[in-house]
Amino acid sequence: MNELFVNIDWAEIWTATLDTLAMLGGSLLFTIMLGLPLGVLLFLTARRQLLEQPAVFSVLSFVANVVRSVPFVILIILMIPVTVLITGTSLGVAGAIPTLVVGATPFFARLVETALREVDRGIIEATQAMGASTRQIVLHALLPEALPGIVAAITVTAITLVSYTAMSGVIGGGGLGDLAIRYGYQRYQTDVMVVTVVLLVVLVQGLQMLGDRMVAHFSRK
Amino acid sequence: MIRFQNIHKSYQVAGQDVPALNGIDFEISAGEVFGIIGHSGAGKSTLVRLINLLERPSQGQVLIDGRDITALSDAGLRDLRRGIGMIFQHFNLLSSKTVAENVAFPLKLAGVSDKATIAARVAALLARVGLTEHADKYPAQLSGGQKQRVGVARALATEPAILLCDEATSALDPQTTRSVLRLLAEINRELGLTIVIITHEMDVVRTVCDRVAVLDSGQVVELGPVADVFLHPRHATTRRFVLEAEHVDEGEQVDDYAHVPGRVVRLTFKGESTYAPVLGAVARETGVDFSILTGRIDRIKDTPYGQLTVTFTGGNVDTALAHLAARDITVEVLRA
Repeated sequence: MNELFVNIDWAEIWTATLDTLAMLGGSLLFTIMLGLPLGVLLFLTARRQLLEQPAVFSVLSFVANVVRSVPFVILIILMIPVTVLITGTSLGVAGAIPTLVVGATPFFARLVETALREVDRGIIEATQAMGASTRQIVLHALLPEALPGIVAAITVTAITLVSYTAMSGVIGGGGLGDLAIRYGYQRYQTDVMVVTVVLLVVLVQGLQMLGDRMVAHFSRK
Repeated sequence: MIRFQNIHKSYQVAGQDVPALNGIDFEISAGEVFGIIGHSGAGKSTLVRLINLLERPSQGQVLIDGRDITALSDAGLRDLRRGIGMIFQHFNLLSSKTVAENVAFPLKLAGVSDKATIAARVAALLARVGLTEHADKYPAQLSGGQKQRVGVARALATEPAILLCDEATSALDPQTTRSVLRLLAEINRELGLTIVIITHEMDVVRTVCDRVAVLDSGQVVELGPVADVFLHPRHATTRRFVLEAEHVDEGEQVDDYAHVPGRVVRLTFKGESTYAPVLGAVARETGVDFSILTGRIDRIKDTPYGQLTVTFTGGNVDTALAHLAARDITVEVLRA
């Protein structure tokens, strides 16, 4: 056993795991905080929706698409100056989070928009007929009705963020991906590569299972 | 109390104006059950949505209690809507809320925050629609009829003066339809609510409505008390609805009784005369023989009626027909 994993420094693995979890948690939190309102806005301003605003919708939609079409590795490099401006560094957990948030927010917002579109129009109409304001419709009808879809969107986004955190290892973002590249790839320590990948697989599986359970918990259909 | 004033409404479809309503002009009185019947695409969904402005007229006004609602501010409109309940073909309940929460929903939206008040009101409404034991279930656990009952309870939560029913029974089986219609009739009687029902089923109109408007291609082609419209349809569209309700094919109806001897007439009885032994008495008085070719005896809301196609032979047919007419029976000669 020890001969197989001769290069493993478990303390370092543990630190990297914590870094990955910190990046994931921090970036997921900000992604939801920014992406949820953005998704709601995309939904509301679209054609034939409550706040139909073709100009606003087009701009939001265009920006979201542009960010989503930039490969994440490129985004990491483009974001370095911005990250330095916000957190004072482009390295480590703090340096990785702004890039992760920018990369994941448009993705998450689109998923939220799709989840909201799944809500039966009849429910919106019924709520309108009760004299609800747009704000009430969003808070008391749309979001609760779309909750299972939004939870599923959070799950998918979290898993995407795990792979993003691994990529941000490329420029010294820390975490398991960083470890895999520095030891596993650059120093040919295959065992480190295997261990980090296994840990990432476990993390993704765990997230998916948790997400599926939450979706089932919130589904009433 | 609800007055449509020269309403026109058209939709923009692919850059073209497609008219949906064309010169709608009539009034619905307070406390009546008013039916709007029409085939799909006739404009009835649009028409009913003008009453709570889910749809806005392109031209014309909608007056409720003399007030032009198209001129209301956003806040005024929300206020108006709280005084108008609505139920839907597909119920439109919130799947994420329990039955009790669905019924409480309009109260919450209206800013009622006292839990005890809401609980008492919800309990009373659920008792009225017979769903007390289902309060904590989710809509997905209910049958169609039960869902529509939740819809009715929810629509009544804010104690509206008007209830709009958008094809409310079209997704239900005949038995459930009857029970929901009974509930609506009961609400109308006990709460004095004005009910506007849109439907494509003459049976619905006949069971609960006081008056009916027949809508065809965005225009009202016939309007009046249900018995009048139903028993003496004048417009082709109305006639088609009547035939559908009697489960008669239009082709079949054209039967001219060529093989039947005598004078063929249609007799319409209404109210008391329906159950009176009129036909036999007249036959004895005038010495005619009669044979019933087709017939139907039923009720329109609370009024019994009968409509018989009869052939008379022998005796004095003219006198017989005069006697029938004198007894308040409508006589239409189909073949002299």
